[in-house]
Parts: sequence; structure tokens; C-alpha cells
Amino acid sequence: MAKRIEVSDLNIYYGNFLAVEGVNVSIEPRSITALIGPSGCGKSTFLRSLNRMHEVIPGARVEGKVVMDGQDLYGSDTDPVDVRRQIGMVFQRPNPFPTMSIYDNVIAGNRLNSKKMKKSEADDLVERSLRGANLWNEVKDRLDRPGSGLSGGQQQRLCIARAIAVEPDVLLMDEPCSALDPISTLAIEDLMAELKDRFTIVIVTHNMQQAARVSTSTGFFNLNGVGQPGRLIEFNPTEKIFSNPDQKATEDYISGRFG
Amino acid sequence: MTATKAPTEPPKQRVVRRPGDRIFAGSAKGSGIFILLVLAGVAAFLISEAIPALTAPSEDIPGGEGLAGYVGPLILGTLLGAVLALLVATPLAVGIALYITYYAPRRVAAGMGYVIDLLAAIPSVVYGFWGLAVLAPTLVPFHVWAADHLSWIPFFAGPASASGRTMLTVGLVLAVMILPIISAIAREVFSQAPALHREAALALGATRWEMIKMAVLPYGKSGVIAGAMLGLGRALGETMAVAIVLSGGAGATLNLIGSSNPSTIASNIALRFPEATGLGVNVLIASGLVLFVITLAVNMLARWIVNRRADFSGAN
Ligand SMILES: Nc1ncnc2c1ncn2[C@@H]1O[C@H](COP(=O)(O)OP(=O)(O)O)[C@@H](O)[C@H]1O
Ligand SMILES: [Mg+2]
Repeated sequence: MAKRIEVSDLNIYYGNFLAVEGVNVSIEPRSITALIGPSGCGKSTFLRSLNRMHEVIPGARVEGKVVMDGQDLYGSDTDPVDVRRQIGMVFQRPNPFPTMSIYDNVIAGNRLNSKKMKKSEADDLVERSLRGANLWNEVKDRLDRPGSGLSGGQQQRLCIARAIAVEPDVLLMDEPCSALDPISTLAIEDLMAELKDRFTIVIVTHNMQQAARVSTSTGFFNLNGVGQPGRLIEFNPTEKIFSNPDQKATEDYISGRFG
Repeated sequence: MTATKAPTEPPKQRVVRRPGDRIFAGSAKGSGIFILLVLAGVAAFLISEAIPALTAPSEDIPGGEGLAGYVGPLILGTLLGAVLALLVATPLAVGIALYITYYAPRRVAAGMGYVIDLLAAIPSVVYGFWGLAVLAPTLVPFHVWAADHLSWIPFFAGPASASGRTMLTVGLVLAVMILPIISAIAREVFSQAPALHREAALALGATRWEMIKMAVLPYGKSGVIAGAMLGLGRALGETMAVAIVLSGGAGATLNLIGSSNPSTIASNIALRFPEATGLGVNVLIASGLVLFVITLAVNMLARWIVNRRADFSGAN
């Protein structure tokens, strides 16, 4: 079940340092939203605030509202553990659990959610998730081997399989291809296009062609200088951003006339 | 292959040897050989001095029941005390290490780590006196209770010691002594569990404890085993504290709470060596050889456990 996320007046802090300021945005269900912008402007920080992974860092906190289909994610009665079960995440560096087999990696999240699963159910889920991540054919003969023995691109697809195995509403991806070769990158882009039908996807990317290829909407983050907070400068349909952006800064950034 | 050219000799690869590499390789090899030599020297000394005891007729061995009859109860005593210490100390050390690394507020964690480390700085004589003067009398009521209620377990067969100077007390003293070793290593490995994998667990919706089970404990397991084996080694060889606390004198018994207990190899050597003469010295050295072998076996076992699932260790 894909869901809509509404962010209003969001400020994100590391201790006393205001890293991201005043974000207002509405993220549509069943779409891919790309976040672009120069390094250090707060893309990862913003992304991690959407599933409350931000507060894992000591001293980190947010002000403002993030609402998913009417549920206030930062409400006083909302458990961050529940939020993360609904909003999955794929990280920049592939991070399968090295002490688990490929099979156990895929159902790691499900083992948390439901204590007991029948063997046949688990087998089905593993196959379905690995097929969903376009990895099944490559690993079906070595499901009991450690996930760390796979190539970088395969590891990243394993992490995607693990994330979608729990059927989240939203999938957050922080530069999922930046550590991968071009072929693996294309494999993951194809995968995202398929996953769009089932999930709300938000992806941070450094690669503007990638944003243009895969996303429906694009947000451009920027900052005025070192030590200044990052801001969401423009948020528009991807076509508009790349052909006729509203903001001069956006145009400068995507045309490479930047800084 | 469709190459028509005659295969030519591949050009000889000239290996560049840098002086830094060579010095490092040499000194590493040198220290390795040195350690092996020391080990071999110790083993050779123990064996050559133990031979008279191994070959002597059994009525000449103290106790008159042969070498096995003399050393057997000592081996049992050594293992009982050390294993008891390990069973008590390991879960405690893991709990403390987890609390310090993942639960305690930062200020509390630093203070607590410091206090635990201090335990390692206390000399074993002091532990011995503490065990004798404080722990033993404190535990007497427990001894009585255990003899009354748990006597169906061979370890608590009773009758209870009135002084508390028992194998049980020794095991607990040893547990406190090895606690800082195990917890220091556990803390170190737990704190090094990669943030990458901890975040992977949290992002899947793991609670803190689930995150620890998924990403911290598996990663730290071999480190904890290594720490536990170091602790076990220390407990097996501990001399002073055991010699002070334990009232020995018994043959082989599993009873942990009685007034006479099997002594341990190390404390027996320390107590008997000053007055030993002739064959008595050889017998004590033979018992030392046994301790050496036990400790070696423990370390090899630990290495085997650590290597068994090296594929999944996260070290690749
Ligand atoms: N763990 C952290 N502690 C303190 N400051 C951080 C931390 N992570 C990121 N920052 C700061 O927050 C700002 C935004 O960083 P980030 O979100 O990583 O940017 P991006 O992903 O766009 O490159 C930067 O100024 C960065 O230095
Ligand atoms: Mg980033």
C-alpha cells in the first residue's frame, strides 16, 4: 500500500547545528521522487528524517511535521520502530548482514515483525522478494551462502529485496547506485521503475541523468554557504525541472553552471 | 585460440623489494620464531623434569596412589573452579559490555567502564583476602540453604562448609577476577560493530535489543569467545587467590560447598613447592605440565570455535 507523505515546516538539527531548514513538500504515492543538489546540502539528512532514522544519531532532532496518510510520524504516541517498519530504507553502501545467509538476509525484517513463519511461507516470501529485486536467478542456487560474497550490485539488490520483503508503504533510497558500476546501476533503475507501481519511492541521487530517467518529481536542495542550513529550493515535475525550472539556481545546477 | 606466433617466454617479473617491507617481514618472522622457541623451551623443561615422576613406581608418588591418583583430583579442582568462574563471569561481562556500549548515558558509561577496568588492577593477593574475609562468611548462609534444598544436584551434595572456604567461593572470586578481562574485550568488539549494519537493522524496524541481536552480537561473538578463553586461561592458572581461600585436602569430588575440596594445580604447586624434595619436585612439575597442556587445549579450542564460521564472520 503506497502512501502519501506531507512534510510541513521541517527543521532538522544535529545538536545545535541547523542542517536543513523550512522544508514543505508533498510526496505522491506510487511515484518516484528524486532529490538532487550539491554535497552537504542536507539530502541524506532530510531523507533520514522521513523514517526517523535521523534521531539514531546522538543529539539529532527535528522540528515540524511529517504526516503519512493522516498519521503524524513525529506524534507523541508514534513509535519510531513502527514508522521504520512502514518506511523502508536502502543505503548508499550495500549493507547485507555479513553473519547471515542470503536467505536469512531477505527475511530478516519479517522475522522481527512476526515471530513464527512456516518454512513454506518463508520460502515463498524469499523467492518473491528476490524476484522482485531481479536477483532470484543469480542467487537461487546459493541461498545458504553469506550475502557478503555477492558483487556490489547484487548486494544492493539483496538489500532492496530485504527492504521490500516487509511490504513497506514507502521506500527511501540514499544514492543507492553511487557505489555501483553502470550495468548494476541500470539493473537497479529498471527495478525502481517496476517497484513504482507498488511503493512510494524517494531517491537521493548525485546523478542528474538518473533523476531525469527514473523520477516523476524532482526536488532541488541547495545551501547558501558552508555552515548555512540546506533548503528545498524547488520541487516540481521532473520534466519541468529539467526543461524549464522556476528557479535560476536550479537551472544553473542542472546545466552544470554551478558554484 | 588462433594465435600463430610461437609462444614467447613471458618477461620475468622483477619483484621490487622495499627496505621497509623487508625490515617488517624480518622482524615479524623473528618474533614469531622467538615465541616458538620460548614455548618449546618451556615444554622441554617441563617434560624433562616430569619424566622421573612419570616413570616412578606408584607407591613412591605422594599419596601412594600413583601419579594419576595424585594429579587427577587437582585437574578436577582446577577445571571446577575455572569453569564455574567462566559460567558466572561471561554472561555478566556481556551484559555489562552491552549496557556500557548501547544503553547507558554517555557519562555513566565512561565511569562504569573505568570502574570495571580498575577491577583488573587489583592484585590477586587482595582478591584472596577479600574472598577469605568477606565473601566466604557472606556466602555461608547460601551454602547451608543449598545443602538443604539443592542436595539432589551433585554440585550441592553437602554437607555445607561452616567457613565458606569452598570451591563455590573460589569460583566466584575467580569470576570477579576475570570479569574485567572479558568485559573489556566484549566492550571493544561491541563498540566496533559497524554502524552500517546497525542502521540496516534499525531501518528494518528493529528495536534496540533486536538491533543488538542482529548486528552486534553476531559481529562480536568471536571476540567474546576469545575474551572468555583469555579469562579461562587466567582462572586456570590463578594461584594466590585460590591458595588463600580454598580449604583443600579432599580427593576428587564434585561437591562445591563442602569443607574439604580438591585443590587446584597452580595453588597446589605454590603451597607444596617450598617443602618439596626429590621426586616430590618432579611430581609437582608433572602437574604443571598437565596445566600447560590444558591451557593450550583451551586456546586451540577457542581458535577452532572462532574459525568455524569464518565465512559468516563479517571479516570479509
Ligand atoms: N552525523 C552528523 N553529525 C553532524 N553533522 C552532520 C552529520 N551528518 C551530516 N551532517 C551535516 O549536515 C549537513 C548535511 O549533510 P548531508 O545530509 O549528509 O548532505 P548530503 O546528503 O546532501 O550530501 C552537512 O553540513 C553535514 O556536515
Ligand atoms: Mg548524502
